[in-house]
Amino acid sequence: MRILSFLLVALVTIGLIIILNTSLVLKAPLGALLSPQQGLWQNAKSDIEKKQIDIKTDKLVGKVNVYLDERLVPHVFAEQDKDAYFVQGYLHAKYRLWQMEFQTIAAAGNLSSIVGNIALQRDREFKRLGMEWAAEQATIEMEKDAEIKMACDAYTQGVNEYINSLTAADLPVEYKLLGYQPQQWSNKKSMLFLKYMSYDLASAADDFEMTNAKSFFTKEQFDLLYPATQDSLDPIIPASTALPKPARLPVAPQLADSLTTKKGDVVINEQMQPDRENGSNNWAVAGSKTKSGYPILCNDPHLGLNLPSLWYEMQLNTPNMNVYGATFPGSPCVIIGFNDSCAFGFTNGGRDVRDYYEISFKSNNREEYLYNGTYHKTIWRVDTIKIKGEKDFIDSVAYVKLGEDICPVMYDKTFTGNKTNGTKNYAVRWTAHDKGNELKLFYLLDRAKNYQDYTEAAKYLLTPGQNIIFAAKNGDIALRTQGNWPAKWKGQGDFVMPGTDSSFLWQFMIPQNEVPLQYNPERAFVSSANQKPVPQDYPYYLGRVYPEYRGLTINNKLRAMTNITPQDMMTLQSNNEDGLARIILPRILSTLNVSILNGEQLKILDSLGKWDFVNRGTSTTPTMYDLIWKNLNDTIYSDEFKGAPGKVKRPLESTLAETMLRGEDYVFYDNINTAQTEIISDVTTMAFIKMCDTVTALRKSGGLMWSKYNNVRVTHLARLEPFSRSGFMANGGRNSINANHGTHGPSWRMVVSLTPETEAWGIYPGGQSGNPASKYYDDFVGDWAAEKYYKLWVMKVTEASDKRIQSTISFSKN
Amino acid sequence: MKFIIAIICTAASAFALSLFMPWWSIAIASFIVGFFLAQKNYVSFLVGFIALFLLWTILCLIISSGNNDLFSHKFSMLILQKDNPILLIIATGIIGGTVAGFAGLAGSMARKIFVKNS
Repeated sequence: MRILSFLLVALVTIGLIIILNTSLVLKAPLGALLSPQQGLWQNAKSDIEKKQIDIKTDKLVGKVNVYLDERLVPHVFAEQDKDAYFVQGYLHAKYRLWQMEFQTIAAAGNLSSIVGNIALQRDREFKRLGMEWAAEQATIEMEKDAEIKMACDAYTQGVNEYINSLTAADLPVEYKLLGYQPQQWSNKKSMLFLKYMSYDLASAADDFEMTNAKSFFTKEQFDLLYPATQDSLDPIIPASTALPKPARLPVAPQLADSLTTKKGDVVINEQMQPDRENGSNNWAVAGSKTKSGYPILCNDPHLGLNLPSLWYEMQLNTPNMNVYGATFPGSPCVIIGFNDSCAFGFTNGGRDVRDYYEISFKSNNREEYLYNGTYHKTIWRVDTIKIKGEKDFIDSVAYVKLGEDICPVMYDKTFTGNKTNGTKNYAVRWTAHDKGNELKLFYLLDRAKNYQDYTEAAKYLLTPGQNIIFAAKNGDIALRTQGNWPAKWKGQGDFVMPGTDSSFLWQFMIPQNEVPLQYNPERAFVSSANQKPVPQDYPYYLGRVYPEYRGLTINNKLRAMTNITPQDMMTLQSNNEDGLARIILPRILSTLNVSILNGEQLKILDSLGKWDFVNRGTSTTPTMYDLIWKNLNDTIYSDEFKGAPGKVKRPLESTLAETMLRGEDYVFYDNINTAQTEIISDVTTMAFIKMCDTVTALRKSGGLMWSKYNNVRVTHLARLEPFSRSGFMANGGRNSINANHGTHGPSWRMVVSLTPETEAWGIYPGGQSGNPASKYYDDFVGDWAAEKYYKLWVMKVTEASDKRIQSTISFSKN
Repeated sequence: MKFIIAIICTAASAFALSLFMPWWSIAIASFIVGFFLAQKNYVSFLVGFIALFLLWTILCLIISSGNNDLFSHKFSMLILQKDNPILLIIATGIIGGTVAGFAGLAGSMARKIFVKNS
């Protein structure tokens, strides 16, 4: 009896331990998570740092001192470049390990290994887009360059040095929660991260949505919905700039125009897309426009607002460079920043560099495909996707060689992603697959001394193509619309193209010496905000999807400004005027049929009429404007789009805005479901009244204020709500320079005044630590939302005892 | 007196073992104390429970106050879906206490089987 009851109690004890140590019964291993000596409580101890930490390793060549300032920004002083990258890797891992690895796992299409088969479709899509394959190609290409290989190797060693020193208790919160362990870092992982940026910035493709639209609408309707030009275009490179004569022009195939998809032939229903709001501002003003007489450079890339932040601020000082700025945890080098001679920044180029080709396989086994009249052997790549708790998924992906380019067949009968109907095969041609050594761009910019160095560095940027801005202390300012851009004939890549005929392929890339650029232009400033890069008469086709209103506002302001101070530039970055509302709202209001409005509606009309077009977080008027503009687009187009295939490209907002401003009749004003013919005043009045109803409802629920409605927030990468930040007051909007919108906005605001002693300011919506338990996790968010800046401290080696330094890490050779 | 000594021994050995073993080594500590310090069965349970309840809640309180309770708010939102750090700390103590309590009870019962005249 005694033995039996002992066994029972022992069993209960062991059972309890198993329940609390696994996720078999409870949703999480509560014992492991709550143990104060090993679980999450341990992560709350990280802020209690020692004043001085000494790290000995045999991987260093010389000595490195790291001074962490009051915002936890590391100032790295290394005797050797190689050691600086080792320490950069170490620090990225120390503060951002989970994020670095998670982003590369996502990029490679390996999320299933952490979260199980709910991510399988997504993983297959990423693998079939060739993300991992592209990273492998990039690793081979990068390692051919001795300098970059040195930087990557040292960086990788630094990350692994930290990983190997980790104890179970130190493991970042997310590893403990999701229940997995960090793996060793590698150069390929850094390349995967950079490919993820290419995915984020240069993978937007409308081919399927446009093909669907073309199959659904008549040619007349189509041309009205998707015009190839924009009236109010103020391109990045103004019309007055002389562009090099093209050495050669692409030739459109004879069939190009007659090639139409059959009516109702739906090619795809839905497609994974990077966020359309990814965009940015950058500008530089020459000394002739500034108070100091020296140039000022500004940049604010608008990206997804995540915690831990995409960015990590640092200073890297070696005998060969002294560079400060925003770095990518996951990659060596400073990405957006400045050194002792110059400053540099980026906005997205946004041209269409991802096109789809329909492939004809000889038979169901996909072993041979038709190209230029003969059959060619398929190249196979076998991807193995690990799935948590299940056996591996093996995906055999067909790759086809079109001309010189190898393209993965993303969609075929084995993978529709619930998107295609599975009867057709689509291969993707994407510039991110091409051989490149993009990291060299940043490596060289970090060391650039002058305009020549900048030009030399820029040539290494192939994908994602960017508008690279530059300003130097000698007074030079410049902007290059850089990238590896296919030379397209008019309309090329708007729709899915036949992959059986070489005349539809990209014929060549626009030569580097034809890159449109501005160097010390007469107007004394350069700027870009993702608008079309060049005027309409540019000989190569550029596609049609460019936001234009931020660029208009920036150029108008900069033209008028003189005697500019850095403070003026910060104010301009935080400008909240709505570039579209300013021109379209008065037009909308002027067409309203006021006689049918009631008292409440007239009051709303009155407040809209008095609005100064500023997207102020505390105001309710921006919400009213946004609602009426959305309603208007809806009212005008939804009747015609009803019954269209699942995924059809919606017209750009500039298309409707410009039509309304021209005051033309527009067939889409008419509601095709009614007997009478509606005109503009009918649709605007209808949109207005509908908006008033929504306003009443929002007022009741407390959601009318712009900051509530616009809902700017910073979300945790794994969408863990307690680790996200929301509900704070923020200004701005999609068409404001301060492009705050949901989970998108200025991810790093930077202003650099290139006076003899550099003065710089910056801020990002996050914090230096990736640890949600740390006070440095999100301590910049409040100041960022309030449009404040931090003065960036370019530390000198002589300032080692400055009171801003809160701790020091010394690395030395073992 | 023996009761207090047993609690201190359990807490100290659980703390020491947890420095280099997984969290459930608290059960080993409590089992050993239950086995070697002869008590009534229910007393051994109480010793284990009180020792680990106190050890874990005190450790949590020290860590949390060092962090200005910043994390315990987020942590309790995550685990309990409500902002109540004290409840989370008590829950932590109860989990540690329960495991150690049963382990202590098992230790005490084992002694009564394997050691004569106990």
